[in-house]
Amino acid sequence: MTVQTSTQAIEQFREAINHARNTGGKIAIEGSNTKSWYGDQPTGVALSTKSYSGIVDYQPEELVITARAGTPLSEVEQVLAQKNQMFAFEPPYFGTNATIGGMVACGLAGPGRAQAGNLRDFVLGADIMDGTGRVLSFGGKVMKNVAGYDVSRLIPGSMGTLALLLDVSIKVLPKPAASRTLCFELPQDRAIVQMNTWASQPLPISASAWIGKASQGLLFIRLAGANAAVEAATKKLQQEIHGTEMTPTQALSFWASLREQEHSFFQLAAGQSLWRFAVNPMSGPIDLPGETCLEWLGGQRWVKSSMTTSEAHALAAKHGGHATQFKGDRVAGTSVFTSLLDNPLTAPLNAVQKQLRAAFDPDGIFQTGRMP
Amino acid sequence: MNSIAPPPLLVRQQELVSALRPFLAEDALLWEPEDTIPYECDGLAAYRQMPLAVALPQTEEQVVQILKVCNKLNVPIVPRGAGTGLSGGAMPIAEGLVLSLAKFKKIINIDPIARTAIVQPGVRNLAISEAVAKHNLYYAPDPSSQIACSIGGNVSENSGGVHCLKYGLTLHNVLRVRAILISGEIVEFGGLAPDAPGLDMHAVFIGSEGMLAMVTEVPVKLVPKPQVAKVIMASFDDIGKGGQAVADIIAAGIIPAGLEMMDQPATRAVEEFVHAGYDINAATILLCESDGTPEEVEEEISKMSAVLKASGATHLEVSQTEAQRLQFWSGRKNAFPAAGRISPDYYCMDGTIPRRQISELLNRIKDMESKYNLRCMNVFHAGDGNMHPLILFNGADHDEWLRAEEFGSDILETCVELGGTITGEHGVGIEKINSMCVQFGEGERDIFWGVKEAFDPKRLLNPDKAIPTLNRCAEYGRMRISNGQLPHPEIERF
Repeated sequence: MTVQTSTQAIEQFREAINHARNTGGKIAIEGSNTKSWYGDQPTGVALSTKSYSGIVDYQPEELVITARAGTPLSEVEQVLAQKNQMFAFEPPYFGTNATIGGMVACGLAGPGRAQAGNLRDFVLGADIMDGTGRVLSFGGKVMKNVAGYDVSRLIPGSMGTLALLLDVSIKVLPKPAASRTLCFELPQDRAIVQMNTWASQPLPISASAWIGKASQGLLFIRLAGANAAVEAATKKLQQEIHGTEMTPTQALSFWASLREQEHSFFQLAAGQSLWRFAVNPMSGPIDLPGETCLEWLGGQRWVKSSMTTSEAHALAAKHGGHATQFKGDRVAGTSVFTSLLDNPLTAPLNAVQKQLRAAFDPDGIFQTGRMP
Repeated sequence: MNSIAPPPLLVRQQELVSALRPFLAEDALLWEPEDTIPYECDGLAAYRQMPLAVALPQTEEQVVQILKVCNKLNVPIVPRGAGTGLSGGAMPIAEGLVLSLAKFKKIINIDPIARTAIVQPGVRNLAISEAVAKHNLYYAPDPSSQIACSIGGNVSENSGGVHCLKYGLTLHNVLRVRAILISGEIVEFGGLAPDAPGLDMHAVFIGSEGMLAMVTEVPVKLVPKPQVAKVIMASFDDIGKGGQAVADIIAAGIIPAGLEMMDQPATRAVEEFVHAGYDINAATILLCESDGTPEEVEEEISKMSAVLKASGATHLEVSQTEAQRLQFWSGRKNAFPAAGRISPDYYCMDGTIPRRQISELLNRIKDMESKYNLRCMNVFHAGDGNMHPLILFNGADHDEWLRAEEFGSDILETCVELGGTITGEHGVGIEKINSMCVQFGEGERDIFWGVKEAFDPKRLLNPDKAIPTLNRCAEYGRMRISNGQLPHPEIERF
């Protein structure tokens, strides 16, 4: 029954692709539209992956789960939790109906990212439908695989502009046995150095965040792992700097509010955008008035501001990174993302990227403008 | 008029050498056979080819110029690091230039707090860990050739090692790659900042076997050295039980720092060679390592011991000192030379399979030993299902070599049939190029060529490696049909 349905769904996808090719149209792939505010405004006819849903394979002892693009993320995470496993990159939902396909296409990760790795690091294989309607299979379900180019890892973060994701195999990890969160009062510059100093020691740090104004703020450190290790690390950190510990409930809801951007920090005033600065973690504080939220040992920084795109890009470049207008009113004719052309060392890759897209999608039906 | 024209290859060589000479020092450009012969093969010595010339530049600017010259003259380039690769990826091309980055040996910068080291591609894998040891940091991927292999080669192969399950592959430990396109343009993939803009070309570049661009600088991620590490050596009287124990450990929610398995032929060969203290009466042994804080390691070792006992281990021994831990590992790390001691030659395979298929594959290999009348010993990274069967043969006997090759292909295609892949960490190179026709269909290979040409439109960088052409696969298909039937007819191909 399910097999029958998935075959039908694939046929419908192929029909939609053929129709777009024949009419010179474009296809805007969507899941549950929980993250439709993210990225540039796409053009094209919507194609939903929701008819193509279900967990295809899950062997806990293999540490891999394979699911169809339209599968709700919540369903997958529940199944993993039953076996005490998880996606260690802690994907944000931004809406209860978020799908696996949307999660992969956006390529976003939550608090665990700095230590555990990015979403794409966990992708082991993907079945896709290319722009000519071919079903192709890359990577696999094993941990180590270097046969051919790592094409399945091109899909994360491609925002549906490269190919239609059908099935994806993702590495999972056991949930840590213990987890504790400590808070320390520190100004931003000291917090950046402090969390990186701790990260350079053999401590079971699994997440970090700092929220505040330059001279005053709170540093949050999550320790996770074996009971004994978390216990010992808690003592060590508190001996170095006086800190307080959150209750397990407080901690859980704090990290979730950060991941889902439901924390009060993320409330925008009229005219403000939420800028995401992805920078060299050790670069000093971003010199702006108002509050900042740092994650990933300082590598990801959130700023609420009405600055222009070029101001944001210039500021990010100064910190060795790039900026994205994550939330807020899109400016017509301007991408929310930093372009490859903005940096002389990535500018030649713009032509390569164009050719790459053409290899997957010669008629450009997936090139909806959702990202440059 | 009556003079004999020089052979075309020599003309080509003259042309190339005179174009490169103006900007390369005398000892940085080799073309006389006595100088180029050390470059005729890499770690896969069974495949050899003399190149047209060898260039050993010292600066990035020289690499840029070399690429521009080759692009203009349409001379193919074979990039080379330390030449330790096991799949013939650095095997020269008769009409091509070998571009060695052996002189790019500088460690440019170490930042202990940011936990990064910026190194040139010719820096040896182990040299990075040695250089940062004073900061209690190390570079995690540790291929068994780490004493000699270079980080540039690691990037090209996406190398692994014995600690991948917990610490990841090269992909997960290289933050950025600075490289030069065939056009001579300098580019960067990835970055110290997370999530570089655009499509994730960093992921595609790592493991691309020198076919997309030349690496000139590699910032790597460093990891804090664990305070302690201990290893359990567990014996099993049955291979199936050993394989099951691997699955049981993972199912118990433990990610060991290392999880290795060796069968009896392997432990016996190794024990004679290095006296690692292995139980040579066991059908198979497992090495399970835990690392971290002393408290963490105690907790994990006792958990793993309980699981191993429940899975039927006949004997357990936990390393009591660092010296004993290293002794246990010395056997595993010397498995390849130990094979070399008991056989004139050995052929190392590199397939990966789902963990639950370990005993199935080992049984199939047993059958193949009689089919091809050759011995095989098995060592593998059981934690991630990456197998290294070592087929023993005598290279002086051509028929034995042909059988060894057939035996190898049979193992790889069985790995594909069991839901795995033909290569986990050694790369396809020239060696497994035919098996690529079995693992991937025409559509996938078509995309691979599309990726290749997006970076290298004239197919000049390491051509004829890693990605087979349609013609090659068609030919391989014809060759492999014996008695009117393909081996593994259940696999869809071509």
